Amino acid sequence: MNGSLKISLVEYGAGNLPSVERALARQSVQTERAATPESIAAARVLILPGVGHFGQLMRTLGARGLLAPIRQAIGDGVPLLGICLGLQALFASSAEAPEDKGLNVIAGTVDSLPITAKLPHMGWNQLRHVRPSALLEGIPANAYFYFAHSYAALDAGESAVAMCEHGVPFVAALERRNLFAVQFHPEKSGDAGARVLANFVAYTGAGSRG
Amino acid sequence: MTLARRIIPCLDTDGERVVKGVQFFNLRDAGDPAALAARYNREGADELVVLDIAASRDHRPTFLETIRRVAAELAIPLTAGGGVANVDEGRAILRAGADKLTVNTAALRRPELLTELAAEFGSQAVVLAIDAKRVAEGWEAFVRGGRESSGRDAVDWATEGAQRGAGEILLTSMDRDGTRSGFDLPLTMTIASRVTVPLIASGGADSPSDFLDVFEKGHADAALAASIFHDAVQGLGELKCFLHSKGVPVRLSGEKLLS
Repeated sequence: MNGSLKISLVEYGAGNLPSVERALARQSVQTERAATPESIAAARVLILPGVGHFGQLMRTLGARGLLAPIRQAIGDGVPLLGICLGLQALFASSAEAPEDKGLNVIAGTVDSLPITAKLPHMGWNQLRHVRPSALLEGIPANAYFYFAHSYAALDAGESAVAMCEHGVPFVAALERRNLFAVQFHPEKSGDAGARVLANFVAYTGAGSRG
Repeated sequence: MTLARRIIPCLDTDGERVVKGVQFFNLRDAGDPAALAARYNREGADELVVLDIAASRDHRPTFLETIRRVAAELAIPLTAGGGVANVDEGRAILRAGADKLTVNTAALRRPELLTELAAEFGSQAVVLAIDAKRVAEGWEAFVRGGRESSGRDAVDWATEGAQRGAGEILLTSMDRDGTRSGFDLPLTMTIASRVTVPLIASGGADSPSDFLDVFEKGHADAALAASIFHDAVQGLGELKCFLHSKGVPVRLSGEKLLS
């Protein structure tokens, strides 16, 4: 573990930010909050936490001038982990707010889960691993993760590393070079979630610039 | 791949200490909330609920501090509530470290509150708590910690609450609360069949078979209990193993994943 590496959490009012900070603190990982374009441009590792409404998130990031620096960081190879709404924000758009654009760094859209299932999809569910993944390294196939959402990406092409199912199959975890995202909340998913965060930290320790 | 049925210990507090009573009254001290939270997190609870049953404005800062202390112990979701009457009070609870907040009395008095909270924080953060008591025809929703009837049919209220934006219903049977005579299956089943959001059943838990019944016959998505867990009458791990052996999908923990 790289004790000197600091992870910057994008701060825009997400409710789960303190939980993510606590989960990382338990692993002795240092964090700081990044609320300005400058702090995001300077970040060596980013986490985009997220709880709430897609449109509200995108408008807030836009109003604070954070969209371009986040896209730039991803393009520059800065490791980024999106959590829950932070995964959805990576796509082009969401049915939750069709008029608002996403970061569009992953092709595709976010859809509503079908109303034939109880919504929100709330609670602990298992993953179906679809290809080898640094993020899910060492996670047993039957491990449970905590989900709380009504919208999901049904497809992420080659980037999808694990699927879940609630009415329909959806993307539970994706990975593309320095870009990582999970629909579940690793910070709320007990030991399994802690392992996912540890895997991300391990990747950043090995792969970060400088 | 199935959504696991959740087992949720509940900490009823006077703001600062865990208390317990029978059918909402005769309260006595049952320990430190942060210490109990740490224990349940370790033993495999799927979630934790912390309620301020006194819910007076005066000691709100104390309760927020309790939420902070409890949240610090948890790697699982935390729901907190008690007396939340507006968006600002809801925000204070979430900022203190809760993932979801419960509303009860204030939502019955002004149902638009549910819509306002859902618009601000998302439905997944809004839990409608309903204290239901048997009346001649069906069940009625009670307010102010079970002290006062709202005159509102509990089943209708649950349906309306979900439509207005509640992402989950926490249903407590006042008739069974603290009696250890099993969950109220007819009540649970009736509401489960009427709402499309997840349902947490509460009140009356005693034996593992009560939990099996509330999932299989009551169709609850989660089951909540307090005293049997506090008193260690029922271990969480054993309960989950029992449910697993009966074919109920549950999250079994205990496997150490961090090397």
